[in-house]
Amino acid sequence: METKELICIGCPLGCMMNVAIEKGQVIKISGNSCQKGEQYAKKEVINPTRIITSTVIVKNGELPMVSVKTSEDIPKDKIKDCMKELKGIIVEAPICIGDIIVRNVLGTNVNVIATKNVRGQN
Amino acid sequence: MESFDIIIIGGGPAGLAAAVAAKEEGCNSILIIERDKELGGILNQCIHNGFGLHTFREELTGPEYAERYIERVKELNIEYKLNTMVIDINSKKQVTAMNKTEGHFTIQAKAIVLAMGCRERARGALGIPGYRPAGIYSAGTAQRLVNIEGLMPGKEVVILGSGDIGLIMARRMTLEGATVKLVAELMPYSGGLKRNIVQCLDDYQIPLRLSQGTEEYFSCDTLLLSVGLIPENELSQGLGINIEKITSGPIVNDQLETSEEGIFACGNVLHVHDLVDFVSEEASLAGRNAARYVIVSAEMRESLAKINLIELISGKGVRYTVPKYINPIKMDEVVTVRFRVDKVYREGSIRVTFDNNEVWKRRKKIMAPGEMEEVKIKRQDVMSESKLQNITIEIIE
Repeated sequence: METKELICIGCPLGCMMNVAIEKGQVIKISGNSCQKGEQYAKKEVINPTRIITSTVIVKNGELPMVSVKTSEDIPKDKIKDCMKELKGIIVEAPICIGDIIVRNVLGTNVNVIATKNVRGQN
Repeated sequence: MESFDIIIIGGGPAGLAAAVAAKEEGCNSILIIERDKELGGILNQCIHNGFGLHTFREELTGPEYAERYIERVKELNIEYKLNTMVIDINSKKQVTAMNKTEGHFTIQAKAIVLAMGCRERARGALGIPGYRPAGIYSAGTAQRLVNIEGLMPGKEVVILGSGDIGLIMARRMTLEGATVKLVAELMPYSGGLKRNIVQCLDDYQIPLRLSQGTEEYFSCDTLLLSVGLIPENELSQGLGINIEKITSGPIVNDQLETSEEGIFACGNVLHVHDLVDFVSEEASLAGRNAARYVIVSAEMRESLAKINLIELISGKGVRYTVPKYINPIKMDEVVTVRFRVDKVYREGSIRVTFDNNEVWKRRKKIMAPGEMEEVKIKRQDVMSESKLQNITIEIIE
């Protein structure tokens, strides 16, 4: 049996959790104060994921950049490749929150979407 | 002179939430004054996610969180002026401001909400010498350069101080291709949220050195400073408002009213928050109370002002409380008192004492200066104690 120490990120509380793992399966979680912690621990130990946020260049916009995010979590080990995908992308204003910037990024079935409205230059 | 019932100074998260709440409380004459070219304040450059878990029960990025309130402000037809700098507020509640189209002008308010936010502690405060030395930025300046302007300040980065913006920028600079060699913290604990230490540093194997008091050499082309935030209270000071030394923000009562009647404060200008959700909650209260203040008659105000206020005392382990006073007659059903502890407490308890009687105690697994704590004071409890003078909040180890 292997144990891992984890800090829960489900909320600002940041519970210190102990996770016991046997044969790739979580067998015991302690230290969490809620269900969220349990779910996070299971996922974080077996299949860690993150929402990625960044910016891409906007052409003809009132602002030079638009902020973006993955619409859902993607596997943690795909963060670097996701950033590579975003590098060099140029979008044209106007951009609205929720507009798809990259469809199905890295075959994850997750889109990269805009998180800010950028109007066109007057 | 042009006049409004409520003038709100600042169009960031606090100002927006205050405006929406004031309007919903029935006030129809509101003006928000914002110095930047867009509403939303600092949220515009906080492109990371994690905002709104309390307010909207979902995880939003900063710009998305801001947009929810901006949309509401527009739906409610609340007036706002952009690119406008307030330069003075006087005790007659006259606000003097300027912008490119109207020049220099003065407007009259019945009530004012201070929502100017805070700014970063600067290089000068740390005694780093030199006239604009190249490569040294506050973390927030770097955040603006990278996220709004699309410019990278450097490639080899050291971050001094472990405030949240510094942690967030450690990740951001790494994702943009820089090498962040170290986050160095003088204190034995980080000033940032746990979740940021995990997701911004641990995820990218960026070392965090606590109690960093010894000398060591690290080569770098960029130094980011994340060494604290200071409420921006020049306007409040000009008004002669009483300022709390610990927070550098105005001293307020449970209505979030400052020592100057009819002038309210909320958000980071009042005390620096870790979570925008609590800024919105606090600002809604300030906005509601500003609207009520405008509606209530002068006689009523005068009679309420005669009530003896209950003082909130920061006991052992508590650095400050917001509010500092409670008016037992005016107070809401529940008053949220926010405070910070002075160090890390494991398995400590928060205790609330009314004069000499303990009324509430709760054990907490962990309390840290980087995470704001709160207790709720109930009106019914306050009313059941006659002649209550002090409420003490303290930490029991």
